[in-house]
Amino acid sequence: MSILVNADTRLLVQGITGREGEFHSTAMLEYGTNIVAGVTPGKGGQNALDGRVPVYDTVAEAVEQTGANATCIFVPAAFAPDAMLEAADANVPLVVCITEGVPALDMLRVYHVLKQKGVRLIGPNCPGLTTAGEAKVGIIPGDIHTRGPVGLVSRSGTLTYEVVQAMTDAGLGQTTCVGIGGDPIIGTNFIDVLDMFNQDPETEAIVMIGEIGGEEEEKAAAFCAREVRKPMAAFIAGRTAPPGRRMGHAGAIISSGGGGTAESKRTALEEAGIRVADSPSHIPQLLRDAGVG
Amino acid sequence: MKLQEYRSKEILERHGVPLLAGTTATTPDEAREAARAIGGPVVVKAQVLVGGRGKAGGVKLAATPDEAAEKAREIIGLDIKGTTVKTVLIAPAADIAHEYYLGLILDRATKAITVIASAEGGVEIEETAKTNPEAILRLPLHPLIGLQEHETRRIGFFLGIPAELRKDFAKVMRGLYAAFVESDADLAEINPLVVTDDGQLLALDAKIVLDDSALPRHPDLEEMRDLNEEEPSEIAAREAGISFIKLDGSIGCMVNGAGLAMTTMDLVKLAGGEPANFLDIGGGAKQDKVTAAFKIILDDPNVKAILINIFGGITRGDEVARGIVEARSNLERDVPMVVRIVGTNSEEAKPILAEANLITADSLDDAAAKAVAAVRGAA
Repeated sequence: MSILVNADTRLLVQGITGREGEFHSTAMLEYGTNIVAGVTPGKGGQNALDGRVPVYDTVAEAVEQTGANATCIFVPAAFAPDAMLEAADANVPLVVCITEGVPALDMLRVYHVLKQKGVRLIGPNCPGLTTAGEAKVGIIPGDIHTRGPVGLVSRSGTLTYEVVQAMTDAGLGQTTCVGIGGDPIIGTNFIDVLDMFNQDPETEAIVMIGEIGGEEEEKAAAFCAREVRKPMAAFIAGRTAPPGRRMGHAGAIISSGGGGTAESKRTALEEAGIRVADSPSHIPQLLRDAGVG
Repeated sequence: MKLQEYRSKEILERHGVPLLAGTTATTPDEAREAARAIGGPVVVKAQVLVGGRGKAGGVKLAATPDEAAEKAREIIGLDIKGTTVKTVLIAPAADIAHEYYLGLILDRATKAITVIASAEGGVEIEETAKTNPEAILRLPLHPLIGLQEHETRRIGFFLGIPAELRKDFAKVMRGLYAAFVESDADLAEINPLVVTDDGQLLALDAKIVLDDSALPRHPDLEEMRDLNEEEPSEIAAREAGISFIKLDGSIGCMVNGAGLAMTTMDLVKLAGGEPANFLDIGGGAKQDKVTAAFKIILDDPNVKAILINIFGGITRGDEVARGIVEARSNLERDVPMVVRIVGTNSEEAKPILAEANLITADSLDDAAAKAVAAVRGAA
């Protein structure tokens, strides 16, 4: 088992003929992901990725023709909200939005519409997710993964790769690795994913990678203390970040009132019995100490 | 992007919020003229983006135009938390009978635009939240239908707005909401919103913070950016499409990805060094961006070494290495550089880096330690 995506996932890519979309779709195909369709308005009837994937004008048509049950969005920020709404309108149950820089007020409306429709949204501004050896949806490099007992959830991109690589190097494989995104308004939060890992029989241990800003890590810590009995390890980025400055990710800002610091998150996690690593490279050892692998 | 008070007031005024806008001045003479045009007592207010300007002596009353010039002379050039005051706002002084706090924020937790209101105006809302949390109303607005009249009434009753000013309050509330939505704000606050002795409801001070992601669709608001308040290096970075924040340490950092960039800074600190900056060059590590990043980092004379941490992933490591070597060969100033490249072809990257006299590292911890050692060696 795993969560969210697997070998049965029938993936649609919105923006498949764009530069980013084409590049990453090729990598997804090579990983073994079952890409059944692409959507680029005006290019319906063509084939993408060297003729391997049919392109449709609309998501509705793509779903009707191919039975796609997940979509990965690579369209530019100005069009991403509409792309997410189009996917929801066609009743695609899983929407993964990689696009960075979506205006927050647009996301507010998209979030609530998708929630009402019961659509699971990952992102935006996220690297996507990979179920090791089965399906890769998004931009996480495929070769860093190996199958094993650890589920990973993170707000970051390359930092996630860093931790996955460290685990793979240490012989600790993964079930699913989920990048939930660095924006203030995202579709799926830590608790949603932690809950899925907690219920997934194959996932024996969980790694959580947080960063400064907001209170999601603190809430996740409370959830873990209450619900999760699987071994866990965590890392929080941004101990040296100055207050009041946005550290790249739109959501990574320590409020001038002092909320959202790395220390506050670390304390909350430790109080929930979760060990927090000083460096991403220490995570495999913390898992081993907790009896994993 | 934070807007200055006078810019925030411009936006609110456009949306019908009653206020005494005033005039900006950058010299004492301009301040005198502005005060004369207003007639009567004025308040001279430093236009800076940091909080606490009142306590720092950045807000002063003046009874006459000459006094306004004198106060402006005192305030212009004043250092408030590291920002030198260049501009003051000259606004009519108001006799305050009561002060309120009224703000809108984009709340991540409720995923709604949320009203924050308090009858204790004039103090920072974070302060009221600590000392008297019951005095604060937090009201999340429906994300799809927005502010409704009954909510405006409820907020007015909570604040205890006098009956004869309820219609004016509705105008303030609607104007603030419209300003927030139409300018894609993260935060819009009026603090204080006052009732004057002669019974007017006025926004005396205002602050708007805009969502950077939405700025591309608001070129008119982008023009309100105050370059005086930004580090020149941060302006250069923004123009190059690089995310950069200057800090005070000696180890420059160049990283792809925001989370990894923060982690790199944290590990520099953990290894006993001090990071000189946060820098995310984004995906791909293209050579033009690497060149721009080198210039921005080395523009800071405190930088004694640079740590480059690229998790290539799908990007080829040897290409990134060649880009770094090439970009470095065109630099005016050189410092020891520690380079760590992970991903496809990272082994092929190493000889390219070593040949160019760059220090290589396998792990991030190792890279941080080597960067700290390089700074100590240079000192």
